Amino acid sequence: MTARDPSLADPFDHLNGSIVAEQRPWSRIEVQADIWTEAADRLSRRALTLLGLWGEPRTVHMAVADANDLSRILVLSISCPDGRYPSVGRVHPPAIRLERAVADLFTLVPVGLPDTRPWLDHGKWGVHAPLAAQRNDARPAEEYGFLPVEGENIHQLPVGPVHAGIIEPGHFRISADGETVVRLEERLGYTHKGIERLLQGADLERAARLACRCSGDSTVAYGLAFARAVEAALGWSPPVRAVWLRALMAELERLANHLGDVGAICNDGGFAIMLAHCSVLREQVLREAVACFGHRLMMDRIVPGGVAGDIDPAGAARIAALMADIRCRFQRLVELYDTTASLQDRTVGTGVLRPALAAQFAAGGFVGRASGRKCDARRWPGYAPYDELEFDIPVLQEGDVSARLWIRIREVEQSIRLIEQIVAKLPDGPIRTENGSSPANAASEGIAIVEGFRGDILAWVRIDAAGRIERCHLRDPSWFQWPLLEAAIEDNIVADFPICNKSFNCSYSGHDL
Amino acid sequence: MRKTLFESLTRRPFTEKLATPVDPEIARMASELDVKARRRLGRSLSLRLVDAGSCNACELELNALNNPYYDLERFGLRFVASPRHADVLLVTGPVTKNMREALLRTYDAMPAPKWVVAVGDCAACGGFFGGSYACEQGAAAVLPVDLRIVGCPPSPNQLLEGLLALFSS
Repeated sequence: MTARDPSLADPFDHLNGSIVAEQRPWSRIEVQADIWTEAADRLSRRALTLLGLWGEPRTVHMAVADANDLSRILVLSISCPDGRYPSVGRVHPPAIRLERAVADLFTLVPVGLPDTRPWLDHGKWGVHAPLAAQRNDARPAEEYGFLPVEGENIHQLPVGPVHAGIIEPGHFRISADGETVVRLEERLGYTHKGIERLLQGADLERAARLACRCSGDSTVAYGLAFARAVEAALGWSPPVRAVWLRALMAELERLANHLGDVGAICNDGGFAIMLAHCSVLREQVLREAVACFGHRLMMDRIVPGGVAGDIDPAGAARIAALMADIRCRFQRLVELYDTTASLQDRTVGTGVLRPALAAQFAAGGFVGRASGRKCDARRWPGYAPYDELEFDIPVLQEGDVSARLWIRIREVEQSIRLIEQIVAKLPDGPIRTENGSSPANAASEGIAIVEGFRGDILAWVRIDAAGRIERCHLRDPSWFQWPLLEAAIEDNIVADFPICNKSFNCSYSGHDL
Repeated sequence: MRKTLFESLTRRPFTEKLATPVDPEIARMASELDVKARRRLGRSLSLRLVDAGSCNACELELNALNNPYYDLERFGLRFVASPRHADVLLVTGPVTKNMREALLRTYDAMPAPKWVVAVGDCAACGGFFGGSYACEQGAAAVLPVDLRIVGCPPSPNQLLEGLLALFSS
């Protein structure tokens, strides 16, 4: 995946359309239905990888990458004047939920989509298709039809949207035969806040704050994705020091989240001491974040054009000292996990996600990398300053809870390594670009892919001549991970659902927007 | 494992004394709570959280209350799994329309006397999401709110300060 094999057929070959000149850095082409369908077929044949699919009032966009070289990216757009377009989900299941969401927000009908139930729209908004060209009255709320399960002695467990712990809302319909899960069906959309509608017409400052609130645990990554998309659109280049500070914040966020996850997964396996120790390490990272950047989660610190806060040399020294301390203490916790057979009894072989499925859905983050997918947006397509930093991308083949835990453990180590390099090499200079306030001359488009702690976040933005957001789409990595949880839980016992779910740790808010 | 446990015996605890001054606004709201009902409960309250569409940042900080630094349970406060066991309903998020019914049902399942605390700017007033087709304007649009803990998200110290105000007026 690191470089294209020249003997393979180019999956972009004959994907022709008129190029929309203003989108940067990857081109967007307007295509006819035949090319759109051909791209869908190449997705289903795994020549292409789906990165996102989103709508506008009369257009549907689809971002794809070369499956053998994730740095080659193309956006296809199909115009649908009659409100219909050929479904991609018909041949490529990862697109199904995305197309259902587009239908809910824009009334655009994917022709041939096998599942036409609403997804985000629960019939409670008082309006149907709130982002469509014309206003549509609300549809009468219908009973949501869960997929049928047949067989003797099958019982159903409806779980949520209100869960027992301090977690986000979503509904899980578990069908079980005795203790064994026969089918899990998710129903999401409960945290849908209408962020894409709120983004329309927002100025860059407000839009950046909204983007930072798509998923609070990934607030730095979302801020970075949005800022990079805006900068691509407007042709801004943030100062070097800002680029490095962004990476510092992104790695601190990844570190804090992985530490929290490692503890929480072990806790779901009944091993509370890991949670206690990991939450202490997490807390220390957050305290350093507030001391250096003024916010525990570093929310709103990345803005288009740079960053909103600088650190002093004392702060950098404290971070370096903390990294040395965490490396040493975390190593002891890793040994504890590695030598506790009763805990591994819960994690090894539990919730296996097959590599073929992870590849089909292009699952990012620890979900994909624990199932054999060598991917990381920091390297493919890659962005500064990671080209100047040394880090490894851990990949495992097992795909079980334990593998997802080990990927996180390895990534904790890599993030510590990265943070140490960043604070050692942090360049001097301004932290915000001068042209950060100049308005754009004409409508322009930008796209960016950023590696958050749970995977690749895609941001696409179109900015009008007045410098306001005309349309913005933010795609959370969870879109391609949630469906895989349904597959991974199959044939596991009901009691293992929490630990499987925690090992995926998908975002509800980032998915529902 | 043994090394880790022994170390815990010799090391000073992580848990910190709470030394934050009480925000006058929180004190004012707390003083208006029904004192009589509160006395009956003594210094022990069970909390039930409903995420009504937050971005999950508030949940991260509420979760942090359980870590050894804040150790929520030493104050007699604890999170419970069922609304039937709860005295206090914590609400985060602007209350999305898709969560409104679930939130109301959770509140209805709680025995009286009960209080509602809006946690974070979104629950307190709608936050950045006020005016969206998909959101209410915060918890007060749906439930009688007794206390607001503002912040985006409120820090664990701010959360503790607010929750402890339920005891003292």
